[in-house]
Amino acid sequence: MSLFLIVALPFLGALLPGLMNAAGRTACAGVTFTFSLAAFIGLLSHAPAVFAGEVVQTGVDWMPLLGLNFNLMLDGLGFFFALLILGIGLLIITYARYYLSRKDNMGEFFTYLLLFQGAMVGIVLSDNILLLLIFWELTSLSSFLLIGYWKHLPEGRQGARMALAVTGMGGLAMIGGMLILGQIVGSYDLSVILQNREMIQESPLYLPALILILLGCFTKSAQFPFHFWLPHAMAAPTPVSAYLHSATMVKAGIFLMARMWPVLSGTTEWFVIVTTAGLITMVLGAVIGLFKHDLKALLAFSTVSHLGLITMLLGTGTAFGAMAAVFHILNHATFKAALFMSAGIIDHEAHTRDIRRLGGLRKLMPVTFVIATLASLSMAGIPFLNGFLSKEMMLEEALHTELFGSPWLVPVMATVGALFSAAYCFRLIGHTFLGPVRDDYPATPHDPGFGMWGPPALLVVLVVVIGCAPFLAEPFVKMVTGSVLGPAAEVPKNYLKIWHGLVPALYMSIAAVVGGLIVLALFKPLLRVWDATPRPEAKVIFDALIAACVNFARGTIHGVHNGAFSRYAAIFAITVVAAGYHAWTTGTIAPPTRAVQPIDPVSFGGWLMLVVATCGLVFLHRNRLLSLILIGIVGLMVSVAFVYFSAPDLAMTQITVEVVTIILLLLALNFLPKTTPVESTVIRRTRDAGIAIAGGLATMAMAYHYLLREAVTTPISEFHLANSYKGGGGTNVVNVILVDFRGFDTYGEIIVLGIAALLIYALTETLLDGPVRARLLNRLPDQPRAGDMHPMMMVVLTRVIMPVVLMVGFYIFLRGHNEPGGGFIAGLIVSIAVVMQYMASGFSWTSARLRYPYHGVIGAGVLIAGLTGIGSWFVAKPFLTSDFTYVRIPPFEKFELATAALFDLGVFLAVVGAVMLSLESFSRLARRAHMEDSDHPMDIDPSRELAEEGA
Amino acid sequence: MELLVASAIGILTAAGLYLVLRLRTFPVIMGVSLLTYAVNVFLFSSGRLKVGAPPILSDATNYTDPLPQALVLTAIVISFGMTAVVVMIALGSYLGANDDAVNDPKTDMEEPEDLI
Repeated sequence: MSLFLIVALPFLGALLPGLMNAAGRTACAGVTFTFSLAAFIGLLSHAPAVFAGEVVQTGVDWMPLLGLNFNLMLDGLGFFFALLILGIGLLIITYARYYLSRKDNMGEFFTYLLLFQGAMVGIVLSDNILLLLIFWELTSLSSFLLIGYWKHLPEGRQGARMALAVTGMGGLAMIGGMLILGQIVGSYDLSVILQNREMIQESPLYLPALILILLGCFTKSAQFPFHFWLPHAMAAPTPVSAYLHSATMVKAGIFLMARMWPVLSGTTEWFVIVTTAGLITMVLGAVIGLFKHDLKALLAFSTVSHLGLITMLLGTGTAFGAMAAVFHILNHATFKAALFMSAGIIDHEAHTRDIRRLGGLRKLMPVTFVIATLASLSMAGIPFLNGFLSKEMMLEEALHTELFGSPWLVPVMATVGALFSAAYCFRLIGHTFLGPVRDDYPATPHDPGFGMWGPPALLVVLVVVIGCAPFLAEPFVKMVTGSVLGPAAEVPKNYLKIWHGLVPALYMSIAAVVGGLIVLALFKPLLRVWDATPRPEAKVIFDALIAACVNFARGTIHGVHNGAFSRYAAIFAITVVAAGYHAWTTGTIAPPTRAVQPIDPVSFGGWLMLVVATCGLVFLHRNRLLSLILIGIVGLMVSVAFVYFSAPDLAMTQITVEVVTIILLLLALNFLPKTTPVESTVIRRTRDAGIAIAGGLATMAMAYHYLLREAVTTPISEFHLANSYKGGGGTNVVNVILVDFRGFDTYGEIIVLGIAALLIYALTETLLDGPVRARLLNRLPDQPRAGDMHPMMMVVLTRVIMPVVLMVGFYIFLRGHNEPGGGFIAGLIVSIAVVMQYMASGFSWTSARLRYPYHGVIGAGVLIAGLTGIGSWFVAKPFLTSDFTYVRIPPFEKFELATAALFDLGVFLAVVGAVMLSLESFSRLARRAHMEDSDHPMDIDPSRELAEEGA
Repeated sequence: MELLVASAIGILTAAGLYLVLRLRTFPVIMGVSLLTYAVNVFLFSSGRLKVGAPPILSDATNYTDPLPQALVLTAIVISFGMTAVVVMIALGSYLGANDDAVNDPKTDMEEPEDLI
């Protein structure tokens, strides 16, 4: 199976469970299981190649310019982790089906689980570090959803946020580290990076890259001092904890350290940072874990401790350490997943996981007892169980590790860690299962059904099998170790066996187990000492830190963003003018290359009107109706300027848009106050005038500057002019650009226009549903109403010119390709024709006569334009390639048929729909307010009066 | 002629900016409309000014630059859509709060209860 499919299957599967809740819990679990199983089988299909030492690779270029390629590779290490992720995933899915209750939304759970699974598989199969980062962030996000799955629990939400904050910050650091790494090597492909050990380690950027990458790994894998998030993530449902904290999420950091081992390890920096962090984490986690009363918290800290152990092993930088780490990853995944599931079973059946309230479960839950005990003993390092083997390897490695010049530090600390580890394992068995049966359990404990104990039992079988017959796992472990080491080192020879003779590691192991038993015997006094010792509480520190960040952000935002729009506008204007002034004064100014054109009296007259209207607008803006008239004059003058300066299309568009804009503003003004009160002080007005004049002078200077100079390079419109007729079949270059050369732009623009209209419609609907409706109904008109609201003259006139205007619109549309005109202008003209009917005869009369809703018209327009574009795919051309031909139907003249005309039809419809929907929405408000509905086209109608008299 | 166009752009901008800095919605909308004119004419004139040379292919050899025209044409239509949305928002806030001030009242800055 293709590696793409293995990564994609969980993601594809994630679409289903969330949608099929109604099909039942078993169906949701079944679908999830099927997709995981398919990916699992796909992975196994590569097993022969991987065992033969091959690296399966596949990839496509995604964004090659960025170095981001969708390259996947499957080597021993990736195979090992993918096996854990998918294999344990299958067990977790089965377990979760029985663990979650009917109240939980199972589809949602499995969707998150599959998203997470896909992201994890993506991490371990990525052959590109940028791709890996994407999956890395995806695991942070999907684990956030999983940890906070029980949204009703505050601990769940807080735990999820904490996990996201810590791992997300680490992820950010890692992005930096990975980018540096890619810069050093010159490639973001992992297989290339792994070949360049010397280049990376000799680079001066090695240390920053190392630290940043390790920050990512340590946060993800809960290493000291970032270990605190993991126990809080225990608020998640137990299947999530079992999955995230045994085989997947927290192992991602370990995975990355192992992945980068060949190029990053072996230096003093790596050794000191990684080994120290691992060692502290191991001991700290084990000590805290011993004193936790919540089963899951105990297991959480034991996970922290064991992750520290693995990190320390990777930190040593020796081949033997790497092999021990790989072996312990495998062993830890098996016994820890089994233990988490056992803790879940106890919680599920006894309704508590507080060790102080448990004890004596051995007789009540024999199956769970056997599973949990075997897994715990393995974790404690008891022979014939797999945990013993890797722990002894760890101790052996510790013996040969010299940190900070002391040969004793690491072995002693490792033994102490192992001792406390053994102690909490014994406590878990002793205080939960052994002892007398109690009569005060919150619920009567009993063994669950096979669905819940089957998955951990299977893992415990592995624990025992590997523990008794390590030679079975040896080839696999060596294969994986080989791919961790890469060409950097040789895989150690025969080591995986139970009996190595009376080596020092054995004595250390015995010391740890015996010490563990002693610690457990002294547990009560030790607990009293522990409870009496003051300790920093990580969550309090974290919360205080977050609160400080939030306060800082809030203060900054409120300082800059205080809700005063005028202030933002002023700051914006001043900044832009200042930046422009800076550029103006520091740049060099070329001499003018264009001659100044003479001013003729007519254009001067037009300019004067524009200036007078604009200034009038400023001084008279408090009279709102007057300012509408003035802005109409400005618009008119702009249209005239367009005509004068050879832009007929623009002029037609401007003047038609002007009409609909004024109608729209009139409709709005119907409700808004008719005057603007004087509020600002003279100082403020002077200041605003200063800003405005500065802005005006700046734009004027810039415009005047370039109007006197030719373009620096030849404009691309040379191409448009040359190809408009040859390639687009039209002589109106502006229209050909719109519907052909830049058709995709135009397509986007009609969609924007349509969305704007729909937004207006939606806002109107919301307003009319809310309290505004009552206010509108009770509102008294603030202007005297006309006695004859639908005058006969207007009605007759609009009816008569309606077909004429439509004909003009049709004509403008048709000629658009060759003469000024086209879909935009035709759409606006037709809208005006329809609006006139609304104005003459009122809303209800007109809308009763409309056959198509405007939403549909917008949709049809976008659809027609889009389908025209897609049509070119059928002749193997890119989207929106146009074609044209000349047809002759006697007796007409020869005329042109172009696909661009069809596209223009889409533009036309979208414009009509959008303009009409906007205006109609406004008049709907008006209709609510005070209009009396009338079924008649006009209020005073002689023919109706005659008819009534006759009746 | 260049001076007329440049000064028209400048005056439209200045008037638009002044009105945008007012405190009520309606003058701000007027101001934005004036700025729209200014920007459209500005963009249009980036094709330089030519009289009597529309970009309609004929026997002539001299045409004005069609590209800014095409861009400005859609800009005009889109700005209608934008104006309509802004007017609708202004209207909604006036009808909802009976106040057409542009700036948020100080009470809007009060903190919501922290969610945990």
